[in-house]
Amino acid sequence: MEWEKDRIRNFCIIAHIDHGKSTLADRLLEYTGALSSREMAEQVLDKMDLERERGITIKMQAVRLHYRAKDGLEYQLNLIDTPGHVDFSYEVSRSLAACEGALLIVDAAQGIEAQTLANVYLALEHNLEIIPVINKIDLPSADPDEVKKEIEDVIGLDISDAVLASAKSGIGIEEILDKIVKIIPPPGGQGGAPLRALIFDSHYDPYKGVIAYIRVMEGSVRTGMQVKMMATGKEFEVNEVGIFKPSLTNIGVLHTGEVGFIAASIKNVKDCQVGDTVTDAAGPASVPLPGYRRATPMVYCGLYTADTVDYGDLREAMEKLSLNDASLVYEPETSEALGFGFRCGFLGLLHMEIIQERLEREYGLNLITTAPNVVYRVATTTGEILEIENPSKIPPAVKVEYIEEPYVKATIMAPKVYVGAVMELCQERRSVFSNMEYIGLHRVLLTYDMPLSEIIYDFFDQLKSRTKGYASLDYEPDGYRQSNLVKLDILIAGEVLDALSIIVHKDKAYYRGRQLVERLRSLIPRHLFEVPIQASIGNKVIARETVKAVRKDVLAKCYGGDISRKRKLLEKQKEGKKRMKQVGNVEIPQEAFMAVLGLDEK
Amino acid sequence: MSIGIYIHVPFCIKKCPYCDFISYPLSGPTVKSYLESLVREINLYGSALADEDKIITSIFFGGGTPTTLPAASFKTVLNEVRSSFFLTEGCEVTVEANPGTVDGPGLAELRQAGVNRLSIGVQSFNDRLLGMLGRIHSAEQAARSVQLARKAGFDNLNLDFIFGIPGQTNHDWRETLHKAVEMAPEHIAAYGLQLEKGTPLAQAVERGEICTCPEETEIIMYRDAVAFLNGHGYSHYEISNFARPGIQCAHNLVYWLNQPYLGFGPAAHSFIRGVRFSNDISLAGYSDKLSREEYPVENKIRLSEADEMSETMFLGLRLSGGVDLNRFYRRFGRWAEDIYSYEIAGLCNKGLLEMSGGYLRLTTKGLPLANVVFREFV
Repeated sequence: MEWEKDRIRNFCIIAHIDHGKSTLADRLLEYTGALSSREMAEQVLDKMDLERERGITIKMQAVRLHYRAKDGLEYQLNLIDTPGHVDFSYEVSRSLAACEGALLIVDAAQGIEAQTLANVYLALEHNLEIIPVINKIDLPSADPDEVKKEIEDVIGLDISDAVLASAKSGIGIEEILDKIVKIIPPPGGQGGAPLRALIFDSHYDPYKGVIAYIRVMEGSVRTGMQVKMMATGKEFEVNEVGIFKPSLTNIGVLHTGEVGFIAASIKNVKDCQVGDTVTDAAGPASVPLPGYRRATPMVYCGLYTADTVDYGDLREAMEKLSLNDASLVYEPETSEALGFGFRCGFLGLLHMEIIQERLEREYGLNLITTAPNVVYRVATTTGEILEIENPSKIPPAVKVEYIEEPYVKATIMAPKVYVGAVMELCQERRSVFSNMEYIGLHRVLLTYDMPLSEIIYDFFDQLKSRTKGYASLDYEPDGYRQSNLVKLDILIAGEVLDALSIIVHKDKAYYRGRQLVERLRSLIPRHLFEVPIQASIGNKVIARETVKAVRKDVLAKCYGGDISRKRKLLEKQKEGKKRMKQVGNVEIPQEAFMAVLGLDEK
Repeated sequence: MSIGIYIHVPFCIKKCPYCDFISYPLSGPTVKSYLESLVREINLYGSALADEDKIITSIFFGGGTPTTLPAASFKTVLNEVRSSFFLTEGCEVTVEANPGTVDGPGLAELRQAGVNRLSIGVQSFNDRLLGMLGRIHSAEQAARSVQLARKAGFDNLNLDFIFGIPGQTNHDWRETLHKAVEMAPEHIAAYGLQLEKGTPLAQAVERGEICTCPEETEIIMYRDAVAFLNGHGYSHYEISNFARPGIQCAHNLVYWLNQPYLGFGPAAHSFIRGVRFSNDISLAGYSDKLSREEYPVENKIRLSEADEMSETMFLGLRLSGGVDLNRFYRRFGRWAEDIYSYEIAGLCNKGLLEMSGGYLRLTTKGLPLANVVFREFV
């Protein structure tokens, strides 16, 4: 098809986890013949194994579809997939910037969720046309009318264009495609203007270098063109220009309004930053496109290998992972207890878990992870402001003027019967209530000012368990506030174990210290000597437990029939010992470094 | 190569709540079929094995309760062994006997059949603790069986005891030890009670109905036993075993020296020519296979040399004398000190092992922590 800008539609899909986004995307691909159902592995757009396993989208994907509409004309539809989890909301904003419209998928049985709401507001900020799609209407528990009303009342969207669909059974797919053509405007921009293309994502290919995913806003880009990255000023010759079908397909040129990729033998991901504008080096545009702010890591943790000799492998794995994950931040650090490792920054807890899992699974590493923490701001008595990503690096109390911690605006959506439970939980987590509104008849939207550090300590799991899984959570950064925080150290056999230090609110310090030493006592195995475990603030010990020395460990009987069995027992014990980290004379199991998590579980 | 034979007798009058050995309730027809199968099994091996693998230095009837069998059956079985294997001069033939299942004539019949050693499951000389262990006999009956055994002509007796029984005090244990020494057996075994998973006793402990003996108490009991028995002329030659000089249990030494043995009867284990295997644990399965002239063998594992070396270490270290390093070298052509240099050095530094006179052994400190040491060798 010849390029005709009026017949291009660029759109993305906004949905809460499990509301059926991936299934719908698959149906659109199938319906438009981008892939036959036979070619299609279930849910093509979720590429990573991990994504398929967890049923979530982490890494954004894009695909071009061709659709002959009712007017008899063929349209080019570019679908840019978006991740659904709160950790990845910045990736959502990247895809929104490359689109003119969005499908808002809402589960007909569940209704709007906190995160859907956040993403819809983002889309509205980007002036996107939104088509509500009420999915899973064939479920027995579906209540499309109630959901429509919610969309109208809460978001204020016109629901006359809402589509009733079931991606799973293929209901409403054609109607969705028609609405995309009818409602979403074609891209603007002038074909004759100097090239301006937005990089909305990238991935690293070992043969071709960085593959930049772009949306051409103005002008066009072709193979052989010398392009310039406006932010970095670096120039490259384009060797490949193509589209996603969804596999990468060379077509030689991308025009204004189109979505596709370029490859230009870019060896370093840093030279091709997501959010940067690509322009023609020979006739550059004068102003770059409005970029979007780089995602800043919200959560940090230390990553170490159980065996220090594997450090090199960990470094290599981190380098490889960061090629495809611009939001992953890491730098080397050393821990007295754990040796060489990295302090890594993540967008959120899920992001952290995913990276850990990939390191262990794809790179076969045996990792020790320290408990996650937020970034603290410490004002010192000498007037300096320090950003602290590692609790053990907090200066001694005498040198600290005050400490600030990051806050978030948390929105929680839950059936109204659980309001009490949610409020109780938020209160336990040092949160300040700011607002409550009703959504429809049965649900409420609660807004809280909450320290981010409280969210990373199992808040989400607690929220889910106290609301039988019905509550949803979204949060956005809301600046730093001064808090009465102290550093809690853990001493094992008299030595501070730096990797176990945490920052806690002073009112909770005693309680947490107590819980932590008790937990550690149950995790640390008995040794040939006594192992005292202490929690201290500064020099003051606030809690103490002792792992008693083992005095008897012997099998009284061992005859012919016992030998294999006893051997297996000994082997099992030895295997368990191997997985421990030797710190001084004490062997500490890996779980101990995460002991601070899950303390509130009862 | 000399070999020990173990014969498992899987019958008990009543199963003890701490025991996890295989045993079945006693009934005439099953006993008959068991004995037939056993004879068939012994015969099967006798005709299959090479002559050099048939030189027998010890035979041990264990259970279960072997003395639940009719006394005459020992003669039948031993005759089959004699005709299928070569018994060495002075071959030790032990039968485990439980008080309450023996009488004078029966014991005399055993002795006549060629049994020359009796291992009596006394367990305790305290009726309250015998009750806790679910034993069918009283302390009085136990003492009586020892006398009966002597009368029947047994001059090599072992008495089994258990310490660390729920509710047992240090005083109780010392009393039992005193009475044991008064009986003047040639050999004494003192086992710390092990809670075996799934046994009624372990379950009762898990449910919180019974409190286990505190670890501290058990350690004191063990030390008391070692000191007391040493003082009465019993040398402590294995973690749980004591003997008058020169009257150690030849059969059990086969295991601790990692020598070959053949196990007959359901669930019995064998280790011969580097291969370990065990018999079908169900009596029915065992008998079925033998009725078809098949080996009733379930799990067969060929041990690697590394496995065999590691077992030679952790079994040998059970002996107070320790592992004979020259003997190890003669067996494997390599020095244990080289293969396990790192482990041995570490354990010696921790004071758990010592090396002297060509032997590597547990120290007094290492004895109650034997597993900590053994782990390093697997």
